[in-house]
Amino acid sequence: MAITDRGRSVGTVEPIRTRPKKALPPPLSLYQTAIGKKFVMALTGLGLIGFVIFHTLGNMKLYLGAEDINVYGESLRDLGGHLVPRTHILWLLRFGLIAMFALHIHSAYTLTMMSRASTALKYQQKQKFSAANFASRSMRWTGTIVLLYLIFHLADLTWGVTDDDWVRGDVYNNMIKSFQRPLVALIYIVANIALAIHLFHGVASMMTTLNLNRIKNLPQMAAGAVAAFILVGNLSFPIAIQAGLVEFDDEARQEVIDHAQGGEDDE
Amino acid sequence: MNITVKVWRQEGPNDTGRFESYQVPDVSEDMSFLEMLDIMNEHLISDGQIPVTFDHDCREGICGTCGVMINGQAHGPEKATATCQLHMRKFSDGDEIVIEPWRAGAFPIIKDLMVDRRAFDRIIEAGGYISVSTGSAPDANEIPIPKEAADLSMDAAACIGCGACVAACPNSAAQLFTSAKLAHLNVMPQGQTERFKRTQDMVETMESYFGACTNHGECHEACPKEISLDFIAMMNGDYVKAQFKNRSLAGQG
Repeated sequence: MAITDRGRSVGTVEPIRTRPKKALPPPLSLYQTAIGKKFVMALTGLGLIGFVIFHTLGNMKLYLGAEDINVYGESLRDLGGHLVPRTHILWLLRFGLIAMFALHIHSAYTLTMMSRASTALKYQQKQKFSAANFASRSMRWTGTIVLLYLIFHLADLTWGVTDDDWVRGDVYNNMIKSFQRPLVALIYIVANIALAIHLFHGVASMMTTLNLNRIKNLPQMAAGAVAAFILVGNLSFPIAIQAGLVEFDDEARQEVIDHAQGGEDDE
Repeated sequence: MNITVKVWRQEGPNDTGRFESYQVPDVSEDMSFLEMLDIMNEHLISDGQIPVTFDHDCREGICGTCGVMINGQAHGPEKATATCQLHMRKFSDGDEIVIEPWRAGAFPIIKDLMVDRRAFDRIIEAGGYISVSTGSAPDANEIPIPKEAADLSMDAAACIGCGACVAACPNSAAQLFTSAKLAHLNVMPQGQTERFKRTQDMVETMESYFGACTNHGECHEACPKEISLDFIAMMNGDYVKAQFKNRSLAGQG
């Protein structure tokens, strides 16, 4: 390698940021550095991928009928059975998810700012990319779309604020009524395409960051598989409902309403 | 061949800079890219103009001194080739070739196409050494090294430090360079003594100059030595380990 430091007196190259003066104890010290933040982003990403896959698999119970998916929803609230109070484990998982989202977004934001600070004048010609693809260069956009969608999705199907006829616990009919609205189906499709694009780079990047790439092309293959599964799985719901393949079930709704009036309604 | 060169001219670090176009007639397709620039400079000198400044040294692809952005690609269109080893046969008669210096915050432009890559030296200084016994020369093969480890170390050591990885990176990150410089020592028995301190010091020095990696893989594509992204993964692993490793037990292997 060439020695570039000899006989030059033109200007100086100053660090654009300093190393942390006071190192926190591990594992907190990780979050003080970019690679550590990448590690946090990868771990939280892995957790969120796990959630997304589990969520898609669970929702596939839609095709088994109202009872199956409603029982599935209830068993999520009832995790832990008689050992813990109802919904406590679900809330624990939810707080975990919220924390993962927060760390994922915060690390992405700070790393983006770090890269911006490290970039000088952009190339004045069009840079030809040969490895960076649409997915890897649009992570910040697809991530934002997914976040905005997530808020809408919670309002739509968890809090039920977009539909007066929404009934807590009737997962099956709530989902069908929501996706029968063409606009909601469209929003859902767009958001899930963004999610699949995000995962197409995200999974591969996560595996590289976590040093899980010893098998050649494993990150790329895993990323393709996860993105394809999420795309096909999640897009099937609004398409099936719009096509009328899965229809509203009055009996199931009545059953949920009767059950709610008879028993406790604490969640 | 007649070539039009659209080249970045910049008087000094604080000049704003601009593109200038020059005609280079009678270019042989057997010329290297730098020879074509030499011809262009000859013409500029005979016309009483200031020649274009560019870095170059060995001109055989092993020193890492040369390197410019050619038509939007670091080191030009040919894969695994430094600018000096790129030949004009890769271009056609009448082409316009756009040439820019590497652009990154940590690589300020000195003049025209020449950039200051001292930030790389700072990274090397932070940990690019091993502890050895001084005195008489050690016997050859005194330390047994697995063939695979030696090969991997050699693959990493192929890095010539040209800066194309940083230049090609949309984030101006120096992960490929730093990971190669770490790996060629870290995978060898001789490199174990300082392995985690080295990793931490070099990574943290890198981060004080360069951007954050998003695993685009653009660096590997631009690299004239085709350094693998696996080294970045290895560096990530070692850096996280460095945070948790009890270094007083490092002697236990």
